[in-house]
Amino acid sequence: MLSRRLPGPAEELTLEDSAYPAVLREIADPPEPLYVRGTLDEQDRAAVAVVGARRASAYGLAVAEWLGRELVRHRVTVVSGMARGIDGAAHRGALMAGGRTIAVLGCGPDVIYPAEHEDLMGQIIDSGAVVTEFPPGTPPLPHHFPQRNRIISGLSLGVVVVEGRERSGASVTADFALDQGREVFAVPGSIFGETSYLPHRLLQEGATPVTTVDDILTELRLPQRVDQIPVLVPALDGVEAIVFALLDFDPQHIDALAERSALPVAEVGRALLVLELRGLVRTLAGQRYARCAK
Amino acid sequence: MLAKVRAAALLGLEAYPIDVEVDVGGGLPAFAIVGLPDTAVQEAKERVRAAIRNSNYELPSRKITVNLAPADIKKEGPVFDLPMAVGILAATEQIRPQGLGGTLLLGELSLDGAIRPVSGMLSIALAAKAMRLHTLIVPERNAGEAGLVEGITALPAASLLQVVRHLEGLDLIAPHVRPARVPTEPAYDVDFTDIRGQQHARRALEIAAAGGHNLLMVGPPGAGKTMLARRLPTILPALDWDEALDVTRIYSAAGTHLNGGLPALARPFRSPHHTTSSAALIGGGPVPKPGEVTLAHHGVLFLDELPEFHRDVLEVLRQPLEDGFITVARVQSTLTFPARFMLIAAMNPCPCGYHGDGRRECLCTPPQIARYLQRVSGPLLDRIDLHLEVPRVLSQDLLAQTPGEPSAAIRDRVAAARARQHDRFGRGSACNALMSPRQARRQCQLGEEEREFLRSAIERLSLSARAYDRILRIARTIADLDGRDVALAHLAEAIQYRVFDRPLRLVG
Repeated sequence: MLSRRLPGPAEELTLEDSAYPAVLREIADPPEPLYVRGTLDEQDRAAVAVVGARRASAYGLAVAEWLGRELVRHRVTVVSGMARGIDGAAHRGALMAGGRTIAVLGCGPDVIYPAEHEDLMGQIIDSGAVVTEFPPGTPPLPHHFPQRNRIISGLSLGVVVVEGRERSGASVTADFALDQGREVFAVPGSIFGETSYLPHRLLQEGATPVTTVDDILTELRLPQRVDQIPVLVPALDGVEAIVFALLDFDPQHIDALAERSALPVAEVGRALLVLELRGLVRTLAGQRYARCAK
Repeated sequence: MLAKVRAAALLGLEAYPIDVEVDVGGGLPAFAIVGLPDTAVQEAKERVRAAIRNSNYELPSRKITVNLAPADIKKEGPVFDLPMAVGILAATEQIRPQGLGGTLLLGELSLDGAIRPVSGMLSIALAAKAMRLHTLIVPERNAGEAGLVEGITALPAASLLQVVRHLEGLDLIAPHVRPARVPTEPAYDVDFTDIRGQQHARRALEIAAAGGHNLLMVGPPGAGKTMLARRLPTILPALDWDEALDVTRIYSAAGTHLNGGLPALARPFRSPHHTTSSAALIGGGPVPKPGEVTLAHHGVLFLDELPEFHRDVLEVLRQPLEDGFITVARVQSTLTFPARFMLIAAMNPCPCGYHGDGRRECLCTPPQIARYLQRVSGPLLDRIDLHLEVPRVLSQDLLAQTPGEPSAAIRDRVAAARARQHDRFGRGSACNALMSPRQARRQCQLGEEEREFLRSAIERLSLSARAYDRILRIARTIADLDGRDVALAHLAEAIQYRVFDRPLRLVG
């Protein structure tokens, strides 16, 4: 398989290096050397992993993005695997709020995987770090991913599982977290959704449910330090207010919104565009619209 | 003895005069046709021989030579059967025809002497008028078509014997009488009332119809894309007289007799399959016949499963989309066919078909989806103003929702918007879809607020550069439906129809 490369220098950290993350040194089989692109910071001691399904629901993506944003507002670094779906959304949320985020790869530090995350990878290197135990040029082979999951949990104080199916990589991460003595959190989902299987099973087994970011901070005894980032306060009127009130985290088709609002579809469409431009609405393939994170 | 009968032949959509010369003389008995005849013309010998015998005349055992002049153009088809038979009877002095010089004869003969209809009669009648031949003896079923031309007397003939008796002045054929008033209200067998829900799609089709914009629909299987496309002609303004003649002429040349020889009333709807060849699309054959793009002239060309079409097939659509006609080059001649149509294309959102469906899970990865979408990128996509995502309608919605607005009501609004465009551009290029970027900018005078809105939208949604002029064009049409100048609301709505400029939106 030919993978695209993102060339650039990668630092090789050994266990003796002072820059080697202290929390990672504690685990049973710490990676050595650890290839690092970007910078690891003292602040990254307070880190939480957000992991989950690649094929995630719109709800799951909204949750991951919101969690990423909320965690960095409390100066917690967001760790994830840079995969499609939940991982990518968590990184993006953290970047959106101008916070730190670390991606743990299942390939060499110069290999872009998945290919559509080229821009994301560059941004993560700029505002955090991309780390891996695989030397440059290593392709993303399937058996690398369960192995790298121990680094995701190893770098973090706790692991939040957002969505996952029955046989999911996130369940491997949760198992590593328990072995390494990290907290395991799970976000409840719909009992009908197949991606809710893993978080609900974890909750039944005793994981801490997450409904607000405080649930995580309290459990991990992290201080609440809300950074001032611009909060979206929608000052809406007229059609936009009506349409916004009808929106949900579950995406709805524009025709459904038009019918529920009893407004002409053209007006609903205009309002949705304005809401999207203001960052209040996420549009999805198939002319479907969902509310952005709360 | 020599006889000469006047006929005509079709080349593309134009007809040109042919003289059928018959010489009967001494020598070994033979029957030869010269003047580049094709197989169908050669086979005329057998039909003519039988038709003459079965009309109680005889084919003498002498040397018969038939020349189709001018002799350097290939002749095809059975249209010369009737003139040849009449020429042979005259040359052998079995009949004494009168006024043969001022009459044009055409028709295919059955073995029993009956006359069968031929293709392209409307074109031939128009050519006859140009040749100053005012009397046409035509097959009965073609008389309506020929009679559409002002100043032409069409004489409907059923058999060779009837033609002979007419020419001898024994039993004159009564000229075809044109119906006093041709009905102008088109009758379609589909209507927009059949479509439940789909408000967004209805609105997009209305805009497309109002501005003549090409449209691409993206949606899962069973979303009703074909159903929507089929109803697009029903909301386009009715054909005017000249357009109706154009359409009739094309179908007549293609050998299809719409509406029993009367002018076409309904706008054509053509949906070639994705396995179609480029020759079938632009017109093919040694003497080219109109292809799908020409058959869709003044109507709608629907390409379902757009990514499945071969690249080189789609490539040939560029000229008609650009210029409104298609040029078909052959060794002998280069023909031009009219091809001004609205393109409406449909495709699945991804290889499996269910991306963005919300109810059925899509199993495609983002790179697979991106590759699939890229198959339609480029020059063709560039000619498509509106992009529309069509959802599947739940069966419970189908039961719950009231019937949709009928086509006639939508057509009235479309006609009003078109009237505004006529006022703006004059006739000729009378729709917004044909505006150049410069024209679009002139016709959409944006205020400071509108300009700023558009600029920030393009930036925030990372729209591609080409989106700008397309948005202006669509906004112009939406404003025409509103009867107003372009305002912010029109721009905001127009941006909705440019999903292909927002790659992340379709893939992610």
